[in-house]
Amino acid sequence: MVPDDQGGGVMRADLLADPVDGVDEVLAVVAGADQALVAGLLRPQPAQAAGLVALAEAVAGSPLGAKVAEAAEKAAAGAAGEEHFLSLAASRIALFGSVHDALMARIEQATGRAQADSGGAVSGGGQAENLLLAARSWLADLARAGWQGIDHELVSGAEPVITALLPEPRLRRLAAVLDGFAAELAASCPGSALERIPVRRWGDLWSRALLLTLPGATEVPVSTVTGRLLPLGVDLHEHATAAQAQVHAVFEPADGGTPLLVRASVSAPKPDTIIGAGIWQLLRPHLSLLTAVSEGRSVELTDMPITAEGDLLWRDEHARSGEPADPFVTARVALPAASALPTAPLDRHPARIAVPVFLEGYLAEQSGEALTFSLAGRSIAVDTDRVPAAGPLTPEAVAASNACIGLLRWDAGTFRVQPLAVETTARKKTVALHAGAWAGGAADKVGVKAEKAATDAATVLRERAGRLLRK
Amino acid sequence: MSDWESASAARVLPPARPRKLAKVPFVELADGRLQGVVSSGSDIERVYVSSVAAGSYEFACSTNNNRPCGGARGYFCNHIGALITEAVLQYGVARVARYLRVDAEDMDAEAIRSLMLGARPSQADSAAAAQVFSRFLRHLAYVELPATTSPLPELQWFPTTRAVV
Repeated sequence: MVPDDQGGGVMRADLLADPVDGVDEVLAVVAGADQALVAGLLRPQPAQAAGLVALAEAVAGSPLGAKVAEAAEKAAAGAAGEEHFLSLAASRIALFGSVHDALMARIEQATGRAQADSGGAVSGGGQAENLLLAARSWLADLARAGWQGIDHELVSGAEPVITALLPEPRLRRLAAVLDGFAAELAASCPGSALERIPVRRWGDLWSRALLLTLPGATEVPVSTVTGRLLPLGVDLHEHATAAQAQVHAVFEPADGGTPLLVRASVSAPKPDTIIGAGIWQLLRPHLSLLTAVSEGRSVELTDMPITAEGDLLWRDEHARSGEPADPFVTARVALPAASALPTAPLDRHPARIAVPVFLEGYLAEQSGEALTFSLAGRSIAVDTDRVPAAGPLTPEAVAASNACIGLLRWDAGTFRVQPLAVETTARKKTVALHAGAWAGGAADKVGVKAEKAATDAATVLRERAGRLLRK
Repeated sequence: MSDWESASAARVLPPARPRKLAKVPFVELADGRLQGVVSSGSDIERVYVSSVAAGSYEFACSTNNNRPCGGARGYFCNHIGALITEAVLQYGVARVARYLRVDAEDMDAEAIRSLMLGARPSQADSAAAAQVFSRFLRHLAYVELPATTSPLPELQWFPTTRAVV
């Protein structure tokens, strides 16, 4: 067993099983407002109006209060304009911000990890360009139609906007979310025939996309850091036409300052037939860190740009391959002393929570599809579905493991651990398996075969693109 | 509310499955059709633009230069056959059958093809071809879009998944 008073690297599962005060009440308000989006705001019914009024009341004491009250009134009358939808989206995001903060406070107790200070704020504001206005107009039409009112004509209206947004890296956040969202909506048409609707999810995507149409919404303060980066593992995100790899790591400043939890990301749009190992191949050339991860190495950073929330804005010329560094040593030794930077206001949402944790001395219990780790008599759910298929880590290996580097997450009322790497024992030897082992290139037999198939697919598409696109 | 309805990261679309792209570089279920692009077996510069409409199974096949396909005269040509086969590989038989409104959820690509043919579908004009081809070009353009190392927090809503729904 692991003693309770061990440092910040080991988690207290008991604290994560208890309810977090106030969260249920906030989520009930959000659920009411989300119901208003199901039938749409063209001709709202009294129940929809009540959901919007409750939303406005929940933020009445905040600086948003007056604007949201006005927006709820207009929307309830079926007369909401784009600025009113923006206010409603902002209030929804603010409420999730409060849920995020309550959950993070609980996580800090459970992991014993302190939050570091972060300086600086950005001004924001400025003139919205036409593309952002076009996206906003589509999102407003969507809110008027409601999820039950979507049809192909409405949904395909997003296509020209997305096509114009995608080539511009500065607008990629909005482009990526609209692209993934529109694809889900297109596959769900007609909305009138839907048997069930992902109301929380679509409410999230709608409100975030809408706020991203505000000029300056994505601006963050940036500084630079110099020191040693010790990777913990890779988290992968993908929808049909985009993929992102995020490396979670501990950064040790060269000046001996407090070690920080940081992330380095790389993302790219992709055709929907580039999948599995093909995604690593697509991302690999743009982030040398992925190679370091596969080789089990640290990376020396010199004046690498970093945002106030701990995202390295990776540029290969500021990085140099370092000494070998075992992520499990990093997790055992460096992780407990590392602090996290505070999340930017727009990003404060439970779905954004991904806190590196190290677990060992647990009992893995499989019950049907569900896997849990029992720690000190309390259990925590394990999300093996998030382990990428293109890698050596499998749900079976997680179930047979005795130590795990993971990301602590929260969704639908439950904390879960997403495994990034595990240690298992085979023939009395400890074997480590990493979800991102193939990120920089696969060395094992299965991986090499997957790489070959992915190379063939990419070659065909590049050949076709070269032949047909410039005619 | 169910967990799925109250989950931010609820899985809505199953991930595409791997398939070889040489013969059929592009297939999609969109615009009320199964549609895509099939490489010509003889001419590397030529592709066929093929489609079958959901419900009516009305079909069309022509080259990217808008010449009618010789094989698609009153009957599904081999290009349409290949399109159905690859769609089943990419999306799974259930999703293709559901989209086309063919009662063949537990069957295979050949069953979908023969059930649709059994309904004696008519041949459409090539009006859709230009639209399908431009969707293919849009799809190909994704290969050439730049990558970025700025984080995209919104992709947290799109975790990778092992699930084959």
